Amino acid sequence: MKSLKRNLGYVWMGLGPAVMVFMLWQAIEKISMARQQVTLVTAGAAKDAASSIVTNTILQWSIIIAIFLPIACGMIIFGKYAVQGEYDSLPDSAVATD
Amino acid sequence: MKNTASKEISKVIFSSSLGTLIEWYDFYIFGSLATVIAKQFFPEGQGTAALLSTLAIFAAGFIVRPFGALFFGRLGDLIGRKYTFLLTLVLMGGSTFLIGVIPGYKTIGVLAPILVLILRLVQGLALGGEYGGAATYVAEHAPAGRRGYYTSWIQTTATLGLFVSLGAILLTKMSMTDEAFNAEWGGWRYPFWGSIVLVGVSIYIRLQMKESPVFNKLKSEGKTSANPLKESFAHKANLKMVLLALFGAVMGQGVIWYTGQFYAQSFLETKAMLNFEQSRTIILWAILFATPFFVVFGALSDRFGRKWFMMLGMLLGILTYRPIYQSFLTHTNVEASLADTKDISSKVIERKQLVNKGSLMVATVMRQSPNGIVFKQTAIDTIFNETASNINPGKKIYSDKHLPSKTYWLFVFLVFAQIIYVTMVYGPIAAFLVELFPTRIRYTSMSLPYHIGNGVFGGLVPFIATLITSFKGATPLSGLWYPIGVASLCFVIGSIYLSNKTQNNVHD
Repeated sequence: MKSLKRNLGYVWMGLGPAVMVFMLWQAIEKISMARQQVTLVTAGAAKDAASSIVTNTILQWSIIIAIFLPIACGMIIFGKYAVQGEYDSLPDSAVATD
Repeated sequence: MKNTASKEISKVIFSSSLGTLIEWYDFYIFGSLATVIAKQFFPEGQGTAALLSTLAIFAAGFIVRPFGALFFGRLGDLIGRKYTFLLTLVLMGGSTFLIGVIPGYKTIGVLAPILVLILRLVQGLALGGEYGGAATYVAEHAPAGRRGYYTSWIQTTATLGLFVSLGAILLTKMSMTDEAFNAEWGGWRYPFWGSIVLVGVSIYIRLQMKESPVFNKLKSEGKTSANPLKESFAHKANLKMVLLALFGAVMGQGVIWYTGQFYAQSFLETKAMLNFEQSRTIILWAILFATPFFVVFGALSDRFGRKWFMMLGMLLGILTYRPIYQSFLTHTNVEASLADTKDISSKVIERKQLVNKGSLMVATVMRQSPNGIVFKQTAIDTIFNETASNINPGKKIYSDKHLPSKTYWLFVFLVFAQIIYVTMVYGPIAAFLVELFPTRIRYTSMSLPYHIGNGVFGGLVPFIATLITSFKGATPLSGLWYPIGVASLCFVIGSIYLSNKTQNNVHD
């Protein structure tokens, strides 16, 4: 069990960057798709609405990436701790140290 | 003596749970009334308003909740649990009431969405601080060996908050016309106004409460943490437990929770196309029947350990989500039997002139399928000129479906099953988190993974599910791969890394 815990640590360390790459790729794709839609719209009011959708899409994805970046880093650290054997046997609760 | 102790703990549970329930109610009514709020404060076509709307939806759940967990968690570990979660209650109740009194966009323009955004962010902040405080407070009063049972009462509040909010909205909506409900100063504001009374009562009750005895002892001994944030996240011994709690338990719990309660409702309304009333009453019945199981699984976790109940809830979700949601689609499919379907109302035809050439013909009729589903059929045809040969028939839309009794109760059962999974993962989790961290940093350490797991992983279920359904070759069920994937990852991590041992001492 200990070796399984440690070896899986490498998977978790790889998963963090993989999630980030996937998220960035999705963000770029969805923002480009929204931008393409704006270029297809020619009427004044409809173009404004489409531009607003682009801004919204950028905002949504910026928030998601900003919040997922530290989580992905957390996953890497979790994997690192697993590899180092920190989870081989758990204490009853965390020990606060000064 | 035993009787007095029992009365005391019942009082603690009641006072804590009532306040937490009200906080959830406050948070949910905004989400449940999202359509009318968007219409009143964030009108379409107004660029700035739409931007603020996105911020209100995304930032309140994903950024501000974890930030609230850090801010109030730190405060709770420094000055105590009682005053911290009293403060969160005041902030939540006050901002909810104020959202209800802000004039609409039509009256005060862009100031309306700005004010709503600020108040929504305050709501998210307060929610981030509330749960950790209530769970910690109850756990620190609970006797050893009964912590799962006592904290499970706190766990019922999130679901009951949804129940009360849906019930309040449904009752208000049913007591007036749609116009009266959706007007600028209409019935949709009543649930917001009602919050001030509920919060007033809860504040009064919470003021009578005493500080947690475990925290008081720590304080009198001068052992409280000087810097809970640093201690929680800068020391390996604590940080590794925070990460384990997040990736091995709370992340999966968050997606199971949001799928069972929120995605189910949205799926019934937007994919199965049930009418407003049935899509909500199905959830209400399922919640009502399933809520006692939070306490059942909380109590069982005291006896058999927390880990495997949480893992079982995730595993059942992973294995059964697709068959359950497929069943929703199969039982509401009216297209397969259209030939045997009969009209039960006369056809209403509207003609709308197009800007360029031709017009749109919208024909609406109520129909009943052989399996008893009553639904609205809308056919939108484009007519390029006034000759019949130039009609371009559009796709027919089947909406406002009303299920017959047998199918209705089958759906209640299927949602009930999903909420049972929620009770399995969510019932024992407060005790699990409390036992993972020492008293001096407990509020801070448990609040952050909880709100990342629920606010971020759970809260993103609708967004990422919609994102997946936009992929090439996706089906209406494809969105489920997000909760299934996250729950699977969490199940693997939790099964391998978590311990099933319950920690009887929370006085460390």
